[in-house]
Order: sequence, then C-alpha cells, then structure tokens
Amino acid sequence: MYTQAMDTAPKEERAVIRNADEVVAEQRFEAALDADEFIEAKDWMPEHYRKTLVRQISQHAHSEIVGMLPEGNWITRAPTLKRKAILLAKVQDEAGHGLYLYAAGETLGTSRDQMLDALHSGKAKYSSIFNYPTLTWADVGVIGWLVDGAAIMNQLPLCRCSYAPYARAMVRICREESFHQRQGYDSLLHMMQHGTEAQKAMVQDATNRWWWPSLMMFGPPDDQSPNTAQSMRWGIKRISNDDLRQKFVDATVEQARILGVTLPDADLKWNAQREHYDFGAIDWSEFWQVVNGDGPCNKERLAERVDAWNDGEWVREAALAHARKQAARAEKQAA
Amino acid sequence: MTASKTDIANAQAQAHEWPLWEVFVRPKAGLDHKHCGSLHAADSKMALQLAREVYTRRQEGISLWIVRSDQIVASDPADKAMLFDPMEDKVYRHPTFYELPPEVGHM
Repeated sequence: MYTQAMDTAPKEERAVIRNADEVVAEQRFEAALDADEFIEAKDWMPEHYRKTLVRQISQHAHSEIVGMLPEGNWITRAPTLKRKAILLAKVQDEAGHGLYLYAAGETLGTSRDQMLDALHSGKAKYSSIFNYPTLTWADVGVIGWLVDGAAIMNQLPLCRCSYAPYARAMVRICREESFHQRQGYDSLLHMMQHGTEAQKAMVQDATNRWWWPSLMMFGPPDDQSPNTAQSMRWGIKRISNDDLRQKFVDATVEQARILGVTLPDADLKWNAQREHYDFGAIDWSEFWQVVNGDGPCNKERLAERVDAWNDGEWVREAALAHARKQAARAEKQAA
Repeated sequence: MTASKTDIANAQAQAHEWPLWEVFVRPKAGLDHKHCGSLHAADSKMALQLAREVYTRRQEGISLWIVRSDQIVASDPADKAMLFDPMEDKVYRHPTFYELPPEVGHM
C-alpha cells in the first residue's frame, strides 16, 4: 500500500548475533513481541527491525507528501468554495500525516534530511498510485472514495503495530482519514444525483481509470511478497496483501451500486461458496512498470518535490539564521 | 548500529535542519497537557505556530506547551529494572493492603 515497496524489496536476511549481551537483549525483544507488547524508541531492537521500520515509515511518509500533488492540482479549480475549503483541508491533512510519520521515523535515529534525500535521489519509493494523473474534477472524488478507502483498510491494522511511535502516528492518521473518504464519496454522489449527463460520465470515466490502480495499491500477490512473514511477526503488517484486497473489493461493490457507477471488471461477481466477490486478473506488468519508475507521472511528481525542496532552501536557511541572530542578541542582553 | 558513526552523520545533517521540538496539548480546562508529537521549527515562535497548524486542526486543544527535544532529560530504558522494579514489593503503599473490619465501612 503506502509502503508497498516493502513488498517489492528483496528478501531480507537476519544479521548474525554477535555477543552474549545481544542474545539476552534479543530474547527480551522477542518475548515482548510474543506478549503483544510495544517496542519504544529507546528500547533495544535488532538492526534488521530498525532498518525495516525506517524504510517502511519513511516510504509511508513520502507517499503522504507526494500524495498531495495529484489533488493539489485541483485546489485552484474546485467547482465551489465549499469543495475548495474541503480539498484544502484534506491536502493539509496529508501534509500533517507526512509530518507525523517523518517524526516517527526520526525516533529510529534517522534524520528528516536523510529521509528526504532518499526520496529526492530516487532511492526511496512511494506508493505507485500517486503516479497516475488527475484529469478531471471527478478524479478528486474518486481518489477520496477508492484511494483513501484502500488506505484506511491498510492503515487500520497498523495502529496495533509493534513499534509504538509508528502505532501512535497511525492512530492519529486513521482518526483523520475517514473524513477523506467520506468527502470524496459525497462529492461523487452529488455529481451522480444532481449532475448533467456529461458530469455523470465523468464520474464513470474516473472510476474506470482508478479502479485497477487502486487494487494494485495493496501490493503484489502474497506468493510474491518475500518479506510478509517477517513483517507479520513484527506486527508492521497484520493482514496479507491478498486478504486486504479482497476485503476492499467486497466493501466497494455495494458502494459503487449506491453511487450508480459500474466497476470496470467483467469478471466481478459474487461467489456464494467463498462468500466473497470474485474479480478479474490484475495486470501486474503495469504495477511493476509504475513501481520501477515508468508510470504516467513518475518523473513529474519527483521533479515537483525536488523543485519545492530546492526552492525552499533559502527560506529554511533564512529562518535558521534569524533564529541564531535572535538567540545571540538575547544572550548578549542577558550578559 | 555503530553508534558513533550514526551520531556523527546525524549531527552533520542536523546542522542544516531546524531543531526538533516536542508538543504537549491540553485538550480542555481541567485536564493535563499531554504529549502528542514533535515537529521541526527554527525558533520557539515558529514552533508554536506550526504546532497549532499540525496538532490542533480539529479543536484538539485549548493550550500548547512546546519544548526543545534536546532539553528533555529522560531515564534510560536499560535502567528500567533498577528504577522501577523495587516498587513491586511495596504493597503496603496501596490501600488494598489493609484488611479492615467491614463495619468500618468505606475508608
């Protein structure tokens, strides 16, 4: 999902334990996991756990930040003042989510700048979904409905993840995320119930374009996710990719019916035996193409982030210089 | 982790980074300020403003405390047993330790 690149990373091997102290510390760590206890920032943890978390949390943070771009694209063109205020609040939330997550990542001993460097240099990934374009106003509603809907499904279990600062950030994020999905669905419902034929067609078109990429958000099939077992053990993943994807499909079919749109999958039908919806095959070649940098907007999104960072440099420096000058002046006056 | 190397790298990175602040919010009068997260800001004035933007967007609080993270003195998790386990056998500090006749009533 927002951390789907975790699934696409090569299989990780555990580091060799070096000395007796570490053996005891590791036993204590494992016992805490067994007891479903939390690991706090300053507690001992295996290097592998720390590294995996830094990668997952920073990728999650990057996704929130890059995720502001597709929707930010529509702030100046929102159809009414009401929708504009809502969209502004939503995009501001995403910035906040990025901040909570970067802060959680920093507790693991990695600086904010190091994480941002990894994003800007292309070393770190973010969710594939944000590499698709927002062509019409309906895309903004569909992102709320499908993309944020999928995000909620993925993020709720992370509120119980073993690393406490990450879990606390997720609690805060999930509390705010529900507004995102509901405002999107509300906006689409309004268009479907009160809109012109052209506007209804716009909603259907946006649904058609976002449906499959939304399913891909949950990451590759379980048998192609080499780190799932380890992530489950650590509680940084609680439900498998395929199970979450199924849950999402099952929940969304009825929402689409109420909305009055069709989902673009001829194979989508209720399976009474499984008590789930069956759905068609996902084009994983498209997923890998986007993850590996060749999606419709990869270059544009990253360039926009890098430009924003570089253009803001003089502001960051000036604020710091001002703060230092004020501090020096205060010190002089006190002396 | 080779701590020294990481510390040096962090110190270098932080030379250009705005310092880190911890944010405490009082949800309403009568309640304690509670830690709710952290943020980077160049100075205390900016930290206060950003904390308002980030942590009280939905009326989560009526008062903010901000403190530089490097000013916080914290106990070492490795000392957890030494510091806190001795309280385990001091049951006489709890009211439930004392069995009084029921006639005494609620005391």
